[in-house]
Amino acid sequence: MKFLHLIGSNLRRKKLRTSLTLLSIVVAFILFGFLSAIQQALVGGVALAGADRLIVRQKVSIINLLPVSYEARMDRIPGVDFSTHQTWFGGIYQDPKNFFMQNPVEPEKFLKIHPEIILSPEQLKAWLTTRTGAIVGRRTADRFHWKIGDQVPIRSTIWSANGSQTWTFDIVGIYDGKDKGTDTTPLFFRYDYFDEARTGGKGEVGWFTIRIKDPSQAAEVAKLVDAEFENSPAETKTEPEGAFIQGWASQIGNIVFIVAAILVAVFFTILLVTGNTMAQAVRERTGELGVLKAIGFTNGQIVGLVLAESCLLTVIGGAVGLGLACAVTPVMAEKLAGLLPLFFLPTHDVLVGLGISIALGFVTGIIPALQAMRLRVADALRRM
Amino acid sequence: MTGPINWFSQIASITKFGLLSLPQRRGAVAATVIGIAGVVAVLVGVLSIAAGFKQAMTVSGSPDGAIILRSGADSEMVSGLGRDETRVIADTPGIARTAQGPLASAELFVIIDLPKRSTGTDANVPLRGVEPAALQVRDDLKIIQGRMFEWGKNEVIVGRGAAQEFAGLEVGSKMKVGRYEWPVVGIFSANGGVAESEIWSDAKVLQDAYNRGDSFQSVSVRLNSPAAFPAFKDSLTTNPQLNVQVIRQSDYFAQQSETMTRLITTLGFLIAFLMAVGAVFGALNTMYSAVAARTREIATLRALGFGGGAVVVSLMLESLLLALAGGVIGGVLAYVAFNNFHTSTMNFQSFSQITFAFRVTPQLLARGVAWAAMIGLIGGLFPAIRAARLPIASALREL
Repeated sequence: MKFLHLIGSNLRRKKLRTSLTLLSIVVAFILFGFLSAIQQALVGGVALAGADRLIVRQKVSIINLLPVSYEARMDRIPGVDFSTHQTWFGGIYQDPKNFFMQNPVEPEKFLKIHPEIILSPEQLKAWLTTRTGAIVGRRTADRFHWKIGDQVPIRSTIWSANGSQTWTFDIVGIYDGKDKGTDTTPLFFRYDYFDEARTGGKGEVGWFTIRIKDPSQAAEVAKLVDAEFENSPAETKTEPEGAFIQGWASQIGNIVFIVAAILVAVFFTILLVTGNTMAQAVRERTGELGVLKAIGFTNGQIVGLVLAESCLLTVIGGAVGLGLACAVTPVMAEKLAGLLPLFFLPTHDVLVGLGISIALGFVTGIIPALQAMRLRVADALRRM
Repeated sequence: MTGPINWFSQIASITKFGLLSLPQRRGAVAATVIGIAGVVAVLVGVLSIAAGFKQAMTVSGSPDGAIILRSGADSEMVSGLGRDETRVIADTPGIARTAQGPLASAELFVIIDLPKRSTGTDANVPLRGVEPAALQVRDDLKIIQGRMFEWGKNEVIVGRGAAQEFAGLEVGSKMKVGRYEWPVVGIFSANGGVAESEIWSDAKVLQDAYNRGDSFQSVSVRLNSPAAFPAFKDSLTTNPQLNVQVIRQSDYFAQQSETMTRLITTLGFLIAFLMAVGAVFGALNTMYSAVAARTREIATLRALGFGGGAVVVSLMLESLLLALAGGVIGGVLAYVAFNNFHTSTMNFQSFSQITFAFRVTPQLLARGVAWAAMIGLIGGLFPAIRAARLPIASALREL
């Protein structure tokens, strides 16, 4: 600690160089934060998937529907607590660019199986008594300035109600997410209303969610479910929710790989820039380091000084960059709401970023530090 | 200043000195060059994804092609047309005809789950039921392996991209969909277009397999000429028997690719822009240290009568050359790593997979090198101005 002053004045020695290096580190960590948010948006759902939930879809593809009667049959399978279903509605509110998901659900079972969706008891009561009632997530409500009591017209690309493709829902509740990662963009409405009003496909639903009694039995239960409907006209494919979301993410492409490749390119560059700065700094100070050694600084202290200097540089840069990323992502999230609803910077990634900044300081500082340590006092002083 | 020739020779000699001193500053120089190479590689790489995706979409639409969907449907997936409607459409004037009849193919479009080769996870692969005219409606459709399926049989042919990306689609293998087995009898190419992501079968057979009765989802037609489109469109949309929309093939595919292209391009530019900002700082650092190392040298030259302008220009030239070297390295890296890299992604509009190859086009490479040059110029400008403004006397005394 007592050398903090010394480290500080070393960094201030060439203000321009220090600040340029600092700025490139800041930019690298803004990018890191930004890419983490993209990755979170595309594959982050996997981490939040309920370990006790299975998704059952039609085996041929998710666009093929399943009979609603499967629900009762699934509930009788050992290991299944209960099940419920959703259907893709494919609605457009005003403009296709305003995309958000809307699905018909069974309100009570839906909320029970998704405890991450927080709806007040009064609003739930209103939903149960309003046949055309719908609940919508906070993000979408804020985006379109919807309030409870509003009527919203949504045009479905798939389903028509009494000859018209435009459905009107009464907003009876606005729900929040339990975690930061809960998607609060979808709108949910009542299946009984949907099934009665739709012109075709009555009694058919998109997919089922099963809650299982024991998460460690997921694979066994999934097998039993698929066996139950084998050789029927609508065979099923059952998998844990996490695997389902993962599969969905890999349909978009190999995101994790692309993000990692960019990050490697970025950090490699920063490593060179910072490493170069530190090497120059040590080279310029050969004489001073010789003096320090001559007045009794140990090798360890010299190494510590140089490392502390490089780590201070990268940690300040990292903290500022991550801080800026934290500040900017919510603004961008608004713009990306339709494309990437889960765009945010997870705390976990901020911590990883800070860890990386320390490691970066260490890696870039270690070679100059060792060079400084190996200096012979006499040589160093002669070079002054 | 004694004339332009002298001025140029001043620039040439200062630049030469600068370049000769590069080996002494190799750490800083390498950091700049590699940093700029990284920016260019990432920029070109990310944009080559968008370019490849767009390319696949644009070669799919021929100017005299059109697609007819139910009105209000934004993709084939949610469209629906009855046999009586598709007949009326096929008989509309404006459609090119051959001895076999009008070049109109009423089609069915469904999705089946097949595992991706790269990850083993299920992907939504499009399965299209077509009528015989389909082969003439699309440009450059060729069977490149095996044979065409037989009409009336449950056989399929597979697009080249789909056969590469998804498992179990080799000629001779059997594709299991529900309780039906479909032998794969051929592989086709479509000039890199969207059709290469699809599996094709006889529409009638597919209708039976999916209990679709006699309904379709779209009609693809080839018109007599691109100019015939407006009249053709009017006669369909004003026909009281029909409730359809008519879109040019090229517009339809452009609209289908919009979301994905926009997403990739926006993200790509943002990432590359941030990296470029970082690289500018790196370049500034290098050039400032170059100036610092040469303070006495520059002061000596100035004392000998070299102009301030010549110093600025030659330092910027040096920075520009370093940046261009980085740009070229980055471009080559991107080309080697990304060009023709085959992959598939989700086409959000049709809810199905589309296979395509990354394309590092000459325009992208030019753009990458232009970015590198910008970085080099900005990175060189401020240090060069500082060098030119050095007070000569004190700089000479410095060492």
